[in-house]
Amino acid sequence: MAGALLIAAVDARARSLGLCPGQKLADARACLPTLVAMEHDRDADRHFLERLADAADRYTPLVALEPPEGFTLDITGCAHLFGGEAALHKDLLRRLAGAGLTARATVAGTPEAASALARYATRDSVPPGAEAEAVASLPVMALGIDPAAVLALTRAGLKTIGDLGCRPGDILVARFGALLATRLRRVTGREDTRLTPRRAVATCMVERRFAEPVGRREDLLGALGMILGTAGTTMEERGEGGRLFEASFFRTDGVVRRIAVETGEATRDGAALIRLFAEKMHLIDDPSDPGFGFDLIRLAVLRTEALAPRQARLDGRGEADRETVALIDRLVARFGRDSVVRLVDRHSHIPERAEAMRPAIAVGATAAWPVMRAARPLTRPLQLFDPPQPIETLAEVPDGPPATFHWRRTTHQIARAEGPERIATEWWRDGESALTRDYYCLEDREGRRFWVFRQGLYGTETTAPRWFVHGLFA
Amino acid sequence: MTARRDALAALKGTLARLERGAMPSASPHFSLGPTGLDALLGGGLARAALHEVFAASPAHGPSATGFALGLALRAAPSAPVVWIRQRMLDQEFGRPYGHGIAALGLDPGRLVLVRARDAEAVLKATHDAARCGAVGVVIAEIWGAPRVLDLTASRRLSLAAAESGVTVIVTRTDAEPAASAALSRWQVRAMASPATEAGLPGLPAFLVTLLRHRAGIPPRDWPMEWDREHRRFRERAALPRRLDALPGDRAAAPQAPALPFRRAG
Repeated sequence: MAGALLIAAVDARARSLGLCPGQKLADARACLPTLVAMEHDRDADRHFLERLADAADRYTPLVALEPPEGFTLDITGCAHLFGGEAALHKDLLRRLAGAGLTARATVAGTPEAASALARYATRDSVPPGAEAEAVASLPVMALGIDPAAVLALTRAGLKTIGDLGCRPGDILVARFGALLATRLRRVTGREDTRLTPRRAVATCMVERRFAEPVGRREDLLGALGMILGTAGTTMEERGEGGRLFEASFFRTDGVVRRIAVETGEATRDGAALIRLFAEKMHLIDDPSDPGFGFDLIRLAVLRTEALAPRQARLDGRGEADRETVALIDRLVARFGRDSVVRLVDRHSHIPERAEAMRPAIAVGATAAWPVMRAARPLTRPLQLFDPPQPIETLAEVPDGPPATFHWRRTTHQIARAEGPERIATEWWRDGESALTRDYYCLEDREGRRFWVFRQGLYGTETTAPRWFVHGLFA
Repeated sequence: MTARRDALAALKGTLARLERGAMPSASPHFSLGPTGLDALLGGGLARAALHEVFAASPAHGPSATGFALGLALRAAPSAPVVWIRQRMLDQEFGRPYGHGIAALGLDPGRLVLVRARDAEAVLKATHDAARCGAVGVVIAEIWGAPRVLDLTASRRLSLAAAESGVTVIVTRTDAEPAASAALSRWQVRAMASPATEAGLPGLPAFLVTLLRHRAGIPPRDWPMEWDREHRRFRERAALPRRLDALPGDRAAAPQAPALPFRRAG
């Protein structure tokens, strides 16, 4: 069987002609020469399923994927918002049909029972407590156990779940393992489980539905502003503020757009937040596929922190700090998290490791820098190349500074030089064989200054050391 | 000679001040350090304004950046500095290096760096930052002469600076000075260190030319050094006396940068 092409899925017409998944493609072609086959794209399937699950977020935040073709919703406590379980079921199927899909769904007491019934039966829902009875006639395959076990059970004459149900549990466990017994308990509704949602559930969530789809950006922002106000009140009661906000815009045709906004410090200031969202509202537009508008907006506060009422400082310093934080938030909303940075000291003596750029939104203004002692001349360049740029040099003596060097199609005549400053490598990170660097500050005839180094000690570590320019002084 | 020049500079400064009496701006100034220059500028440069710094050629870009940082330190000794930089400059000159910034006397903890994709993004970010009164200085670094950076754009920056009180410094590398709403326009090139006994590189030195000032101050060259201990610029003596006493060093020491200074007298 190795290397044979198998059929992964068939459409309704092919099924009616007797083809089925798992069949060899060559055999199918022999039966049906006009067969049209396309390569199975698992990633695309997965991606499509994710999109459907996104769209199903409108019913509940608790959605779990069941690849390759299913997903489960936990509608506990939210069915009444859609007019009851039956109405929700109908609405979901209507939307899926609208997207051109053939779908089945079942409402049941446990995720496993619902999944088994949706796949192997045609029931819309099961009354509470009636799961065991409902699944009794399903084949054992519906338990979701491995095919070898299914085969063994079938051979033993245990063809349906009902057949299993009347056997003593310990015998089944001894023969087929504990998994079978667990699955059986869950499918028959004797043991309830929580599903693992694919998205983290926010601590604070507010949403707004529209009777008619809304398409204008201003209207959406207006609605989002009201939601933010509600969320702000909720957070205020809890003494919290949000750091990470996500607005989900559900389009009537099932497309979901999400905009996330992060702030430098905890906030519940709706006016400031709406400005940040306004910066990113262009993300919900899709010129190639404008759709028919949005009928649901949901705001989730994904990260919250304690936010106590503040006391104004007499010198007005706190106000200024807050303004700076607000500016950083705005710049981040506009240019992205990684484009607005602060420099952070890293306590390494290797120049390129001595500091790092960190998102300003995550670091804050208190990043401490050691106070530099006044030293003459300046020992570190204003700008640093990472990685260092190789240069060609000409030196009077092999272990002295270069007399001239060639870099970027220009030859620099050196008028002044200071050094070397020897910087040994961090052997605990780079290994014993890493080369020592000798740094020189060079000034060319025009007064431009370069920070260059020779890699490797001449004579002991290497006989042909390479040179690099590592930075430029002001 | 020096006394006469100082007197002349003082007179020019007085004239400039008288002329500026007609100007509406009454914002406080920051001094650069050299007494002659500060007198000429009428006490220094206006804080709530737009200033432009041009690199004399792309090779002098790092000097323009250094001069801009010096101005920023003069304008705002402790307030936050927002440094917006076109990514192109990182490729050409390397990324801003905190230890080097600290070596100039600016605490990197005060810095917020914005790395912008293109000149348009630099302008947007600069405008945002220039409207935020809590910021001390905004430094915007732009490569080349993009079309978005026109008179209107500089006018908008200038207005934002005037309203918020933020000092906006725009550095330009690989660009020719053109009409703009900037209050002052400078051109910077690197300058060789003065001859010393050991032949070592000295303090960061700039040959700065005041190209234009809205108060009509005449263009002139100003050789300057950055004195990081006092965080101010210092006028470089055109021809240090000591140099005469050290003829041995002179052969290697270029003297060309000293010449334009004379022309201005």
